[in-house]
Amino acid sequence: MTTPTRQAPASAAGHPSAERPARRFEPAVVGAILYREWRVFRRVWFSTAFGSIVEPIVYFVAFGFGFGALVAEVAGMSYFDFMATGTIAIGILFSSVFPGLINGYARRTEKHLYDGQLAAPVTVAELVTGEALWHALRVTVVAGVTVLVALAFGVRMGPGIVLVAPIAVVTGFGFAATGAAFAAKLRSWHGIDIVISGIIAPMFVVAGTFFPLDGLPGWAQAVGYANPLYHCVELLRGAAFGFEGLLAPLGNLAALAAFNLLAWLAAVRLVRRALID
Amino acid sequence: MSSSHLSPPAILLRDVVKRFGPITAVDHLDFEVPTGSCFGLLGPNGAGKSTMMRLLTGQGVADSGRVEVLGHPLPAASRAARAACGVVPQVDNLDDELTVAENLEVYARLQRVPRTERLAAVEHGLALARLTDRRDATAAALSGGMRRRLLIARGLVHRPRLVLLDEPTVGLDPQIRAQLWSQIAEIRDEGATVLMSTHYIEEAERLCDEVAVVHAGRVVAQGGPRELVAALVGTEVMEIGGDADDLRRVERQAREAGLGTRRSGTTVAVLGAEHLDGQAWATGFRRPANLEDVFVVLTGEELG
Repeated sequence: MTTPTRQAPASAAGHPSAERPARRFEPAVVGAILYREWRVFRRVWFSTAFGSIVEPIVYFVAFGFGFGALVAEVAGMSYFDFMATGTIAIGILFSSVFPGLINGYARRTEKHLYDGQLAAPVTVAELVTGEALWHALRVTVVAGVTVLVALAFGVRMGPGIVLVAPIAVVTGFGFAATGAAFAAKLRSWHGIDIVISGIIAPMFVVAGTFFPLDGLPGWAQAVGYANPLYHCVELLRGAAFGFEGLLAPLGNLAALAAFNLLAWLAAVRLVRRALID
Repeated sequence: MSSSHLSPPAILLRDVVKRFGPITAVDHLDFEVPTGSCFGLLGPNGAGKSTMMRLLTGQGVADSGRVEVLGHPLPAASRAARAACGVVPQVDNLDDELTVAENLEVYARLQRVPRTERLAAVEHGLALARLTDRRDATAAALSGGMRRRLLIARGLVHRPRLVLLDEPTVGLDPQIRAQLWSQIAEIRDEGATVLMSTHYIEEAERLCDEVAVVHAGRVVAQGGPRELVAALVGTEVMEIGGDADDLRRVERQAREAGLGTRRSGTTVAVLGAEHLDGQAWATGFRRPANLEDVFVVLTGEELG
């Protein structure tokens, strides 16, 4: 059976440039995802800032004054100075991995935002990159506010602490991608407990955040050195109180770069598998 | 399927199979959507319509067969295909954290509408959705009908050549459904090719130039709605009520008269009722035959 077919008038032609050939990886699409996040952040920035102030205050009071009264000096510095950089690093970890994990799961399974975005000419790699990059940029606010809180508590950091922003971006990207990768594997909200208890909690403790690694058993030290948060803490400590040579920070940077690459590859692969039938 | 159309098809599927474990959602599917037409996929929930839609947006990959959208082979060139497509999903996936205007703007950016045309695209989308005065409201604050209008406008923000509408009016009340029909008719009249899945008979009959009746992942019939109805169930149907014995008797007598029947609740629908000339057993309510009659005759199931 046949039916008559209308000829498409000229008005049906789309925006000519909207159909222009795209590169394999299109920065404009990543920019669109960043723009989406920025529009939301403009409305919710206060809760981010509030959390960024309250959390470090809790850590400084509990660990700084609590442990600080028992332990005068750690690794050649006051315990308060030692844990200050650990607190910044924990802020970076939590503020990147949790949005990657929780938003990633909710947007895939409940809000179906990714289905909508992938119906546009968007690749999974662009989607993962855009979201991880946003979380990494947003983390600079958290880290910056934590630095201010630390200064208010009397921690005397050097001018190198301005490096906290790039360190936060580099570390936050990898953690956000890690969160996205785990989110892609979750089948229900219950799975988040496993990720938090099994991955994130050990990660933030065994990283030289509140105590140095060299007091731990050998196997735990090995885990700590493999922990990307440890390399973030080391970079922050160097930035705040001075680096001892270039080799160590370059090694820390290389470790974070490798972690970022692995986390991004894993996130792209797992998110694609979760979203494309 | 006819091959008499002059321009290449907007959508082409050849022997397409898609399985999910032991379930075959799309089973050796063949159809073409002529450029400039409004084409309906008609079938009940679970017939495989949404899976077909996902195959066309590259969000599903066929296990075998050939899929082309606007001449782009999928999945290899799915990005180019998606750039020319507007998708209106069955599941409401509006971004509740954004305002109405931001929803349109973000999608204009994702669709790479040039910066100089973006503002006009957003304004056009607002007008299309009739939400200009709600532009700064968050999507979460919209009613169901408004959300659906915004979803359609979002799918059209880059003025696509092909529009995929997956159950565009499902779950909406009749008044809003009628509003959306006029919105879809406008898209069609502006010349875009429209592929819509639906299980609403009236929707398919009003809007579609051609329909494919889908059952268990297969196209079981295809053609113009009126042509299909006329060819398969005639022009009129007579609904005859009664108890179980009466219905069985009507079915037997219709069979003897060479006419088909379908059970519908407490009635039997006698198909081809225009051929009934005052037969004593055939007294009931006469109505025009429709696509639902076609569907039931072809599949033995109700559309639901």
